[in-house]
Amino acid sequence: MIRLSDEILPENTEMRKAFCDTLMELAGEDKNVILMDGDLMGAMGTKPFAQEFPEQTIDCGIQEANAVGVAAGLSAVGKIPFVHSFGPFITRRACDQVFMSGAYAKLNVKLVGSDPGITAQINGGTHMPFEDMGIMRGIPEMTIVEPTDIAMLKSVLRQMKENYGMYYMRLVRKSCMKIYEEGSEFEIGKSVMLRDGGDATVIASGYCTAQALIAGEILDGEGIHIRVLDMFTWKPVDEEAVILAAKETGAVVTAENHNVINGLGSAVAEVLVKNNPVPVEMIGIQDLFGEVGNLEYLAERFELKADYIAAAVKKAVKRKTKQ
Amino acid sequence: MLERKEKQRLQLLSKRIQMYTMKTIGSLGVGHVGGSLSIADLLAVLYGKEMKYDSRNPKWEERDWLVCSKGHAGPALYSALALMGYFPESELETLNRPGTRLPSHCDRNLTTGIDMTTGSLGQGASTAAGIAYGMQLDGKTNMVYLILGDGEIQEGQVWEMALFAAHRKLSNLIAFVDYNHVQLDGYTDDICSLGDVREKFESFGWFAQDVDGHDVEAVAQAVKIAKSQKEKPSMIVLETEKGHGWSEIAGKLNGHCPTVSKVQLDSALAEMQGAYDKIKEGIL
Repeated sequence: MIRLSDEILPENTEMRKAFCDTLMELAGEDKNVILMDGDLMGAMGTKPFAQEFPEQTIDCGIQEANAVGVAAGLSAVGKIPFVHSFGPFITRRACDQVFMSGAYAKLNVKLVGSDPGITAQINGGTHMPFEDMGIMRGIPEMTIVEPTDIAMLKSVLRQMKENYGMYYMRLVRKSCMKIYEEGSEFEIGKSVMLRDGGDATVIASGYCTAQALIAGEILDGEGIHIRVLDMFTWKPVDEEAVILAAKETGAVVTAENHNVINGLGSAVAEVLVKNNPVPVEMIGIQDLFGEVGNLEYLAERFELKADYIAAAVKKAVKRKTKQ
Repeated sequence: MLERKEKQRLQLLSKRIQMYTMKTIGSLGVGHVGGSLSIADLLAVLYGKEMKYDSRNPKWEERDWLVCSKGHAGPALYSALALMGYFPESELETLNRPGTRLPSHCDRNLTTGIDMTTGSLGQGASTAAGIAYGMQLDGKTNMVYLILGDGEIQEGQVWEMALFAAHRKLSNLIAFVDYNHVQLDGYTDDICSLGDVREKFESFGWFAQDVDGHDVEAVAQAVKIAKSQKEKPSMIVLETEKGHGWSEIAGKLNGHCPTVSKVQLDSALAEMQGAYDKIKEGIL
């Protein structure tokens, strides 16, 4: 069951703390759960895991390609490795290992890439993945998720452990906006309708989900009523919900903290052009590199905030009317 | 030291692996002949003597694992597997045909007896280390064997693994480098020299040995010593000849992935049969 939070406020707990706590639960239940890292356990806040489960911890040092390969080998003998690094390094750098040693070999590795998009903040463009989901999306049989808040993270992480196969999760390390109440359960591959409206649908993920809800409030004041879908699974994308949104609202805006090329915008557009073409606008990184800055600055710089989403909705609605 | 008969048995097995390999690739007319032939002696030692496996129960929990990271040597491995009864010899001629279970590069999901999918070079190093570590975590004594090409160790990933395996004391991992000195574009010394491979692995904290990779007795002895290691992963550098056993390409630059005509196949098989007969008569 999913229960929405009454108010959208920042979480009191950081995502990394919830990640570590949940993994510790899973590791306590199943000794085959292994946490691997590339010298970022300190940054990811997973040292408590290492202290409590030293036999189930492998800090490989700074060698992501080897870490992913070792994880694939471990999974071949029944282990369930979760491998963390910053998003760019677990995807860009170890892409071929994810592809061949993991996915092509049909093994069971759970990849976790932290600091998605602008949340990399002062680590800047080198560490700011706008392409991680796109890279993973092109690999067959990968399941790709971006949990929105702590309640969802806990639910999704457990499913990643229980379901055999290759997963990539991009994960904010610090605080997120709380959208769901504790104990909510989600189904990977099924989006969540956060609000309904008949004029357009915003299909959002991660950082942009809360922004989409704020955009909804702004637009209500202007007499435009939108549906908001939390599309936390990018692959397999929830085709049914996307098609239904197009049919019932006639216009779609995607909103993602990622390059619109090869990202959520692409995934949604692929579904719509084949099934039910409607005007689509894409909020996201417009094929640019990242740069240093705080979250507020970067969200404005890359036009991910609610105002931009609201403007994109108006544009999409206008295009709908023209058609 | 091996008994004379034991040595002869392994030498004969190696020749049979070579002949099966030639027939397998010859049936298609093209393939990775050179790097397949150069590991036939090693495969004879592993499958004929050192490895624990059961071809009637390929997923046997107690088996030793083999990761052929130079995945393009698949045809040699398939030949060994067919000889050991994993699948019928007749299946070898399906190599690379549409829908085959025997692709160019090793695939754990297609071929009975193949433990790991390989092909993108360097990656088998890490998966082998992962398997070895997993065995250790579970307190199991299964050995993990890893076959690397010489050109393959130009990949940085191999050296990441070398650090990892030494740090984690993976003494149940025995790796081989098939040091045949020839890679696709030329001699390794002309492309990107590997230097003293044994010394390099030693400096990474491995127990490392140099042996003549075509002397089954020396290879078996090296494996035996490697198995006795308690703290360190083992590297056995096999001094080999690319295309060993077929003089038309042996040690030459044209042997990586040549075409093989019917005439060439017959000539290679005749040469190998000749060597086989001499071993049998005790002349070689």
